[in-house]
Amino acid sequence: MAELEAVIGLEIHVQLATRTKMFCGCELSFGDEPNVHTCPVCLAHPGVLPVVNEQAIRYALKIAAALECEVAPRSIFHRKNYFYPDSPKAYQISQYDIPIAGAGRLGDVRIHRAHLEEDAAKMIHVGESGRIHGSGASLVDFNRGGTPLVEIVTEPDLRGAAEAAAWARLLRETVRQLEVSDVNMEEGSLRVDANVSVRPAGSEELGTKTELKNMNSFRFLERGIEAELARQRELVESGGAVVQETLHFHPEDGTLHPLRSKEEAHDYRYFPEPDLVPIAPSEEMLREARESLPELPAARASRYGEMGLAEDVAALLAADPPTAEYFEATAEAAAGIEPRVVANWVTGELAAALRQDGGEASASESKIEPAALAALVRMAHEKKVSHGSAKQVLATMVAEGGDPAAIVEREGLAQISDSGELESIVAAAIESNPEAAEQIRAGNGKAIGAIVGAVMKQTKGRADGGEVNRLIREQLGV
Amino acid sequence: MADLLDLTVAEAAAKIEAGEISRAEYAAAWHEAAGADELNAYLWRPDSPPDGIPVAVKDIFCVEGVPTTAGSRILEGYEPPYTATAVRRLADAGFGNLGKTNMDEFAMGSSNENSAYGPALNPWDRGRVPGGSSGGSAAVVAGGLAPCAIGTDTGGSIRQPASLCGIVGLKPTYGAISRYGMIAFASSLDQCGPLTRDVTDAAMLLGALQGKDPCDTTSVGLPEAPLLPERENLTGLRFAVPAELSRDAVDAGVREVFEATLARIEELGGTLAEVSLPHAEHGISAYYVIAPAEASSNLARYDGVRYGMRAESSGDVIEMYERTRAEGFGPEVKRRIMLGTYALSSGYYEAYYGQAQKVRTKIAGDFAAAFADFDLVVTPTSPSVAFGLGEKTDDPLAMYLNDFFTVPMSLAGIPAISIPAGLAEPPGGGPRLPVGFQIAAPAFGEQKLLDAAYALERAIAFDDRPGGDDG
Repeated sequence: MAELEAVIGLEIHVQLATRTKMFCGCELSFGDEPNVHTCPVCLAHPGVLPVVNEQAIRYALKIAAALECEVAPRSIFHRKNYFYPDSPKAYQISQYDIPIAGAGRLGDVRIHRAHLEEDAAKMIHVGESGRIHGSGASLVDFNRGGTPLVEIVTEPDLRGAAEAAAWARLLRETVRQLEVSDVNMEEGSLRVDANVSVRPAGSEELGTKTELKNMNSFRFLERGIEAELARQRELVESGGAVVQETLHFHPEDGTLHPLRSKEEAHDYRYFPEPDLVPIAPSEEMLREARESLPELPAARASRYGEMGLAEDVAALLAADPPTAEYFEATAEAAAGIEPRVVANWVTGELAAALRQDGGEASASESKIEPAALAALVRMAHEKKVSHGSAKQVLATMVAEGGDPAAIVEREGLAQISDSGELESIVAAAIESNPEAAEQIRAGNGKAIGAIVGAVMKQTKGRADGGEVNRLIREQLGV
Repeated sequence: MADLLDLTVAEAAAKIEAGEISRAEYAAAWHEAAGADELNAYLWRPDSPPDGIPVAVKDIFCVEGVPTTAGSRILEGYEPPYTATAVRRLADAGFGNLGKTNMDEFAMGSSNENSAYGPALNPWDRGRVPGGSSGGSAAVVAGGLAPCAIGTDTGGSIRQPASLCGIVGLKPTYGAISRYGMIAFASSLDQCGPLTRDVTDAAMLLGALQGKDPCDTTSVGLPEAPLLPERENLTGLRFAVPAELSRDAVDAGVREVFEATLARIEELGGTLAEVSLPHAEHGISAYYVIAPAEASSNLARYDGVRYGMRAESSGDVIEMYERTRAEGFGPEVKRRIMLGTYALSSGYYEAYYGQAQKVRTKIAGDFAAAFADFDLVVTPTSPSVAFGLGEKTDDPLAMYLNDFFTVPMSLAGIPAISIPAGLAEPPGGGPRLPVGFQIAAPAFGEQKLLDAAYALERAIAFDDRPGGDDG
């Protein structure tokens, strides 16, 4: 049998961080006392009507622009009818056949569509089961009910669990940088469901999919998809068939369980929402959405790649715009030095030094001006200080700020540039480490560490490591 | 006292303005008159006279702190936490709530017999229905229990009871008046409007009610505030009689009054011609798909969870829903919820809802074509005069046909008015009863509609009153 290929599409719900709800004036909240952010509209009193939140439309248009989606000139709302206590109207206002955003792309993954809708209220089931069936009582908190959501649906373009999680992270960073959502998976402002299927590698047809829900972290997303792919592969390889169903991820043990049976499959009886007129974004709104876009992670990472940065360093910086800006300012001040070297300092030594200091400040909030870091990088690059000394200087700068040259001067950290002096220190170190010297001569290159260490101890790190290595080998004749 | 009650609203307002009568005295007189309701027309009345010119309000409008049932058991005990825009606008214009009027449950009905609180009675003959669904609002105005009222019209629910009770009923253009706070039956059709003694009062109330409302994004208001009508003739106005809407199923007495009114139009200088509205006769079929479909969704919120009645249940939430809805809704509401649910269900949507929407578009197109050549379209309002209580309750289809002449205008979203045009003997014999005449205008053509209706009203000079000499 041909090897089975994973086919994964994601459905992402993004809670928009508007001031008020999708169709009424109630404020959005998280963690407030239950049922304090409600009104006749979001409690579905008789006679009320929804009014579309314009900010939500603007935010959706920003997402559409970031995902390079086609925007519908007139998109319409539909009612999705179902009875459940989390839905006070017994229908959700959503979009159906004409969503606000159509085909788009983020990275290597095609976007199928993105649409606006309202969130359901929150249910708390009291009792052992934690589900509505078998619970002693169910409580409803309508604070969340009516929160604006954008649902983003991808094409089934992902081919593995890790790839899906990585792409979901990219999407989160992208949306976060639009400043339209908190995108917090634990708090539910970002919810990622996965449609998972397998098929013989090379096949164009899609296999029967299952829908995975309740994976409230990227780790759980990856684990959930992995577990489901393993289950489907085993099932198909042993001659079985995948049944279309919704599976609920249990974070406690990483297992998946069917959410509802097929018999309960809903007929949502979608029809156009007669209480709302179509959304027809004006030229001004579309322009504003396009022009307000920051440089998004995918674009920034690819630009950094062109500048010669390693892929992982580029992605790390692209996901953190303030640090990325800091890197760019430093690289500019360090003209002549490869950006790659500067980036490694920012994401490596500087990040480590900041963590050491308590990790509260990011690079851009630290006491170190980009120009000062650039000066230090230049000194290290030009071998005016050793790498080890530069790290010491950096620690001082993290604590006090200041000019690296002055710190080097003050603390006597300038690299030993007198080769005669270094030669005699090396000779002394060989002499006091005869065993190591013997081993090196015998061909054990690793033994050189002991002698290098002794030199560094003697020079308090002010010697250039490369030069020390060279001198040891020279003096030992290897 | 009797003099005060004889005044039209416009007359009373003028006298109050001029200081000839006091507003409080006028309100007190009506408060007392309303207290003598023997028609089961009011479902709720305040303890003291309203602060303002009294207006009776159909029990479909939410009024903060005032019981609002929409004629349904399921909203028994419900007091809304907010007030409908229409009621608020009336208050802003100096009107006060005289009471909440009886209606068919959730505005579903043409006889008021679908009220969970018993039918309102026709003041002309208490053995007959006042029409529906705004039956209570029509009965109070015709029966001398209110100077004016507001109702709602989804497929004829203002015009038909106005016709059966011998008063004026106006359904404005869809979007002219905010629907916020008006309990929804069929959202794409529901429209608030006045029920009054004469056309001038209808214009006056329309002026107070109309306007764009930020709480209802489907509302647009009228392009200009309506003026009180003054037109005395119909010279230059071209009237169209739809062939498809005047042939069948009209009682002889109704036909006679209709023909006489057409003659009156010509006497006043208007011209008449037959026009074809080829799709209008499918209006009822389309309406009884679209309205129940929307209703099935609009009424899904009545689940016993947050307000209104909740049935006793020992089971889970689903059982509680089912019992509450089984006990809370009457048979006609259940019938329409089932019809609508079916029409929207997967696999049937296109055949029913999709098809009905196409018919609706065709009907709107028919009217648009007619209005290219004509100013106004006229029909009888109802195929019959008021029928007896219980006469049609076992035959829903016969009941639905009451809306034959009024539904097409609702589907097209255009304004239409019913004015009393005369009296006719009911088919089985007995005292003569009012017959309404319907005039329809293009969307937002309210001024033209009111002007023409006013001229015709003056010429007809209908001054019969319930219980008066039938002469």
